[in-house]
Amino acid sequence: MDLYEYQARDLFEAHGVPVLAGIVAQTPEEAKAAAEKIGGVVVVKAQVKVGGRGKAGGVKLAKTPDEAYEHAQAILGMDIKGHTVHRVMIAQGADIAEEYYFSILLDRAERNYLAMCSKEGGVEIEQLAVESPEKLVRYNFDPNNGIDADAAAEIARQAGFSAEEVPALVEAFQKLWGAFAAEDASLVEVNPLVKTGDGAIIALDGKVTIDENAAFRQPGHADLVDESAEDPLEAKAKANDLNYVKLDGSVGIIGNGAGLVMSTLDVVAYAGEAHNGVTPANFLDIGGGASAEVMANGLDVILGDDQVKSVFVNVFGGITSCDAVATGIVKALEILGDTATKPLVVRLDGNNVDEGRRILQEANHPLVITADTMDGGADKAAELANK
Amino acid sequence: MSIYLNKDSKVIVQGITGGEGTKHTALMLKAGTNIVGGVNARKAGTTVAHKDQSGQDVDLPVFGSVSEAMEKTGADVSVVFVPPKFAKDAAVEAIEAGIGLLVVITEGIPVQDSAEFFNLSLTKTGADGKPVTRIIGPNCPGIITPGESLAGITPANITNKGPVGLVSKSGTLTYQMMYELRDIGFSTSIGIGGDPVIGTTHIDALEAFEADPDTEAIVMIGEIGGDAEERAAEYIKAHVTKPVVGYVAGFTAPEGKTMGHAGAIVSGSSGTAEAKKEALEAAGVKVGKTPSETAQLLREIHKGDGTSDSSPVAGAAETVKEKSGALVDKVKSTFKK
Repeated sequence: MDLYEYQARDLFEAHGVPVLAGIVAQTPEEAKAAAEKIGGVVVVKAQVKVGGRGKAGGVKLAKTPDEAYEHAQAILGMDIKGHTVHRVMIAQGADIAEEYYFSILLDRAERNYLAMCSKEGGVEIEQLAVESPEKLVRYNFDPNNGIDADAAAEIARQAGFSAEEVPALVEAFQKLWGAFAAEDASLVEVNPLVKTGDGAIIALDGKVTIDENAAFRQPGHADLVDESAEDPLEAKAKANDLNYVKLDGSVGIIGNGAGLVMSTLDVVAYAGEAHNGVTPANFLDIGGGASAEVMANGLDVILGDDQVKSVFVNVFGGITSCDAVATGIVKALEILGDTATKPLVVRLDGNNVDEGRRILQEANHPLVITADTMDGGADKAAELANK
Repeated sequence: MSIYLNKDSKVIVQGITGGEGTKHTALMLKAGTNIVGGVNARKAGTTVAHKDQSGQDVDLPVFGSVSEAMEKTGADVSVVFVPPKFAKDAAVEAIEAGIGLLVVITEGIPVQDSAEFFNLSLTKTGADGKPVTRIIGPNCPGIITPGESLAGITPANITNKGPVGLVSKSGTLTYQMMYELRDIGFSTSIGIGGDPVIGTTHIDALEAFEADPDTEAIVMIGEIGGDAEERAAEYIKAHVTKPVVGYVAGFTAPEGKTMGHAGAIVSGSSGTAEAKKEALEAAGVKVGKTPSETAQLLREIHKGDGTSDSSPVAGAAETVKEKSGALVDKVKSTFKK
């Protein structure tokens, strides 16, 4: 889960990373009050989980609380690359002497962690990495060792900082590593990390991604979820422990196993080409087991999507054989009763497939159409969605 | 022959007394796996009752630690079924004990934990300078050498022994492929897992299949996220002489959304299915546009000389390339937000 800038700021502060005052506001009134509280020049910053907000007009300097009110009024509700601004952060103005870059992230390819640092911050780091790779220090390290004082000093030196500058940076790097480790982050990025006129190091803008698998030991992370920004169907699925992602199309998809479901989406999109370009409505993985209850919950979420015109159920029976899956589908339709109104193309394959198909045929549910192959089922579901 | 696992492998189960551990211990025994015991510190000294492949009763001893289990039984493989909360401790224990193969089935382990135990395994090297413990997973179905042994949760009765080696990030997609090609059969099939940090990679498996005399052709299944498939493509180009067919899932996945597997996410322009497919094709791998078509490509190779440009397979692959190109453009425009 990606955090908003204000959440990252708060998290940095909690771990002793030097930050400036910042208060989140949802109305122009709140923005004005925040500006009064902080005092002096403030920056009104749109809170969206997407880059490029400065260019879009989502970051404005305010010399007075009234100016903060006006800017907040203009920025709140703004659309930045498809993201509506619901909050702004009122941040204390900084006396910036220099801008640097620092990040810690999971390096999937090396299977360890990577710290990156540059004396040239405030710019697009992807661009810097391509155009001037020599200006970006890349330092891979063992997660079991973390960033100790020696490692932090090494990173600062490699980035070209002078001996006088190193100690303050070492402190900041170690604090940021502390935040990364303690919060189960997979990314902590500070851009820019600034040096102020009086030589202090401050994390001015932060981007943090936290690992949702660590929720069991991070009780505070539940509060960071922005429920207002969640798709209502995704929220409903999550409440039922379903792995669901809402998409734009009209063919509802249910399958077991993430890879098979991703593959099903692709095959449906491909089959849709022959049917007026219909595409998948969602990703939904009901897991290897595919029990009746989970199937019913999944169907319930999918049928709640008004865009859905047909549903493709694509299940491979492994440990849970096809007869059990077929029984599950029949029971799920019983549970749903009249709320199930859209045609269901069911393709079963794997263990005991003949028995599974026989159960579906015997049940003879008016909405269920069986398919022998994944490609054939995808084609049928796409055809029905185009009616 | 096979890779990593065979009929002589002596397997223990960490979490043998739990629900999943109990269920899959029974299935592994049925598949012929030589399970010699399990680990649960709180139930050390007890036994668990199961039936072996021939239906005979067996009482499997429960040990207090992996090292004790290895000492008493000579176990060289451990399969981990413990919940995410305790998975790191279980893995660390097995690595410290020096188990040869560690198969971590558990889904939902924090990536920090996986990164920690994987990097720990790199520091525990043997006389040859290589890590003593090979890790498969986490978040994977494990490994099966059909007819010999199963260490994991792959349904053993969907396929047969044969000359195809399979490596995949996905469980059910693996099963689908094994089932479709059950008449040809598999030397070994490995599910390497869908997490951002995994032990055994596509490249490790490709290297082992290339060296395995009983593997004649390889199926490689990938999905969005990371660049493991691109790296594997480079490796294939340089080191693999056996024919490889590939499949990549997730062309329709929108940017920034995790698709079921923790590692299956397109970030910006990196990790896309399109890039992976292109990299594999550039390395001479025939990539199917659907699982069935991928199985068909393998079937053609198995039948005859699938490498000649004039063969029907090469022609089919061209069509595939064209059509999937169109698909990519299509889904790009559909999911542009």
